[in-house]
Amino acid sequence: MSHYRTKHAPIEPLSASNHNKAPQPLVGPDTDRRATIGTDLMSYEQLEEFGRELDTVRQRVLDDLGQADADYIRRVIKLRNAFEVLGRIGLFMPFFWPAFVAGILLLGVAKILENMEIGHNVMHGQYDWMNDPLVNGQKYEWDNVAPAQEWKHGHNYMHHTYTNIHGMDRDIGYNMFRIDAEQPWYPSHRFNLPLAFVLMLLFEWGVMYHGVELDEYLAGRMDKAEFQGRKKRAMRKIRRQLVKDYVAFPVLSLALVPFTSWWTPVLVLAGTFVANVIRNIWTFLIIFCGHFPAEVETFKEEEAQNETRGQWYLRQLLGSANISGSKPFHVLTGNLSYQIEHHLFPDIPARRYGDVSADVHRLVEKYDLRYNTGRLSKQLWSVASQLHQLSKKPDDPYKIGNSPESKALRRAKREAEAERRAQEQAAAH
Amino acid sequence: MGLIRAALASKPVASLTSPHSIDHYLEHVHPMWTVTQVRARVVEVVRETGVASTVVLRPNGAWRGFRAGQHVEFGVEVEGKRRVRVFSVSSSEKRAGRTFSVSVKAHPDGYVSQYLHHELKPGTLVHLSQADGEFVLPRTLPDHVLLLSGGSGITPVMAMLRTLRDAKPGTPRPQVTFLHYARSREDEMFTAELDALVEEAGLGRVVRVYTREPEPGAELTGRFTAEHLQQLGVDPATTLTYACGPAGLIASVRDAYEAAGAADQLRVEYFKVPSVDLDAADATGTLTFEDSAVSADNSGATILEQAESAGLSPRYGCRMGVCNTCAVKKNHGAVRHVITGEVAANTDETVKICVQVPVGDVSMAL
Repeated sequence: MSHYRTKHAPIEPLSASNHNKAPQPLVGPDTDRRATIGTDLMSYEQLEEFGRELDTVRQRVLDDLGQADADYIRRVIKLRNAFEVLGRIGLFMPFFWPAFVAGILLLGVAKILENMEIGHNVMHGQYDWMNDPLVNGQKYEWDNVAPAQEWKHGHNYMHHTYTNIHGMDRDIGYNMFRIDAEQPWYPSHRFNLPLAFVLMLLFEWGVMYHGVELDEYLAGRMDKAEFQGRKKRAMRKIRRQLVKDYVAFPVLSLALVPFTSWWTPVLVLAGTFVANVIRNIWTFLIIFCGHFPAEVETFKEEEAQNETRGQWYLRQLLGSANISGSKPFHVLTGNLSYQIEHHLFPDIPARRYGDVSADVHRLVEKYDLRYNTGRLSKQLWSVASQLHQLSKKPDDPYKIGNSPESKALRRAKREAEAERRAQEQAAAH
Repeated sequence: MGLIRAALASKPVASLTSPHSIDHYLEHVHPMWTVTQVRARVVEVVRETGVASTVVLRPNGAWRGFRAGQHVEFGVEVEGKRRVRVFSVSSSEKRAGRTFSVSVKAHPDGYVSQYLHHELKPGTLVHLSQADGEFVLPRTLPDHVLLLSGGSGITPVMAMLRTLRDAKPGTPRPQVTFLHYARSREDEMFTAELDALVEEAGLGRVVRVYTREPEPGAELTGRFTAEHLQQLGVDPATTLTYACGPAGLIASVRDAYEAAGAADQLRVEYFKVPSVDLDAADATGTLTFEDSAVSADNSGATILEQAESAGLSPRYGCRMGVCNTCAVKKNHGAVRHVITGEVAANTDETVKICVQVPVGDVSMAL
């Protein structure tokens, strides 16, 4: 039995988490210096107002969440389940090719729905308010070789908090491509386009590998225990996915061999592989179009230090691009075709992004901002030409990663940092 | 668990549905066909008093049964949101058929208990947990048992009384003393059944005390004191006692048993009506981190900050309510969102601890 004690506590409305300040690691060394994001477009007062207006939009949606949203996500899950079951049945009928082909397509679409409109959105916590353990962001695991835990860290936290900040958002080019002119050029970037094509086919494996963060471990920024844990979880997830798709169902189809032919299980396996590739291609295309079209902006860490909520919102707006399309198209993209709205409000149910975009448009017009949108073909063309342009060796030696000039610059930076630390230590003694 | 359920819960089936559970599929075929998620349909809602009702439930095959005195999580979906509260089972273990019941007194501010009392209809789907709790009768029964309760604390001991009543003829049955305190006869649950039990031979004594409106010629009057036990001829030292009721009653009972040197005979379960003062400018209550067995006075900072200053290191990311890394289960208590000011007071709901401050007592699964 606890008794109530009263003491003074600093609860002020809307201030207890210092919400209007930058997320912790983005607090700069000089806390009085203000972030410069958006200052070329608006005044600080306008930025504050912009943030408040978007907060209001978010709250309006949150207040309105209810049965319709719950019914929607359950309807999508039901549809996905039906597609998967029908797809797997179709795959068991390689002797009747129309059913077999339909099976491949249905399973591919089921996996797309699962990864995009269900998995991605549920793992953002968009449906946590329902309090249903089957659609809870902390508990959900998706039909993809990348384990949910690592994906949520890299995506929900790193990518959605530090969106498009060089050196912080690991999703800028996925450590593989030169997709932004600010990135230093390395010889491997000559293969930007062919590498992107290969990644497209194997995208889920790329997402999984990206989440293990081998590069962070090799650079000494991650301890061994953490890395081992990531590796172990990835291996377990890979095993489960492979067993399901390429062992369990083909084995189940062995029962059909006496009535059909010995190659039935082989075709079941091959068909499932194709369905996985269909999902990989689709998710790759949608995701690359969300951040990599040419006009999307990226930021330097110094610009974003000590940013306000308004500036954070603005960075999300400038750092994302939408794809226009029909309603079924939006569902198949998990409403990530509304990438801008998703980045502004990552935790409201994605089916609301279409409505919310009207409010975003209103604010974009009010403050005369840019809103990057276009058809899939236009955005894809922009991404591809960007990849192609930036694969060429730049003339500026400072843009070439391993040029003597860049190396000298990095050395000078390292030395300056070491000197600053030495001085700090000397001052402390 | 039936054979089909056991087969569906097996490993080979799990390898086909991985990474999802079979329930992710089955619940969309039929909401009651889940294998591990316990679900039930409301059979009947019985008004007990003006503010209390009994809900009769028919659970699906995932339900593993209960022992009298245990409680169960009871979740109903309203406007797409599952609201969960914990209620004691009030029916007999020996009840025929596959139904059981919970009895609930509607709390004036209690969303779920009010909903239950006023709106719950037969046929509604209810999300349950398995029954849980240590407040149960021993397997081998002693000679004397005292079931003592106050107010709505009657529910778990009522389940015990009914279970003892329904014991097979011929099995050894203890002498039961059932002592219940209610404000008045109108305020009492199960009145008709208790009246009948007073007459029932061989079970023991059923005594009720109406503290505000005592009946003329009542054996006992007023609130619980040690003298009440004396008057009933109950010796605390030799009587296994189950007491359930408001915290004040339990404190007096505990004092009486400690004074009699009989604390080891006492089993208690108590409840506290959560007092949530939303307008309080000051932070009140205790923040408990259940899994780490740490608690601290609520400082008014976010739960994440308070956890960190209590020496815990919960997972977190953006610390601005965006990334959901810190989301964790709140066992019970009310929390307020620092940006929206919205208060969340559900049992067992997931909250982002970087943007929630406790309002009064809060227990976190951390």
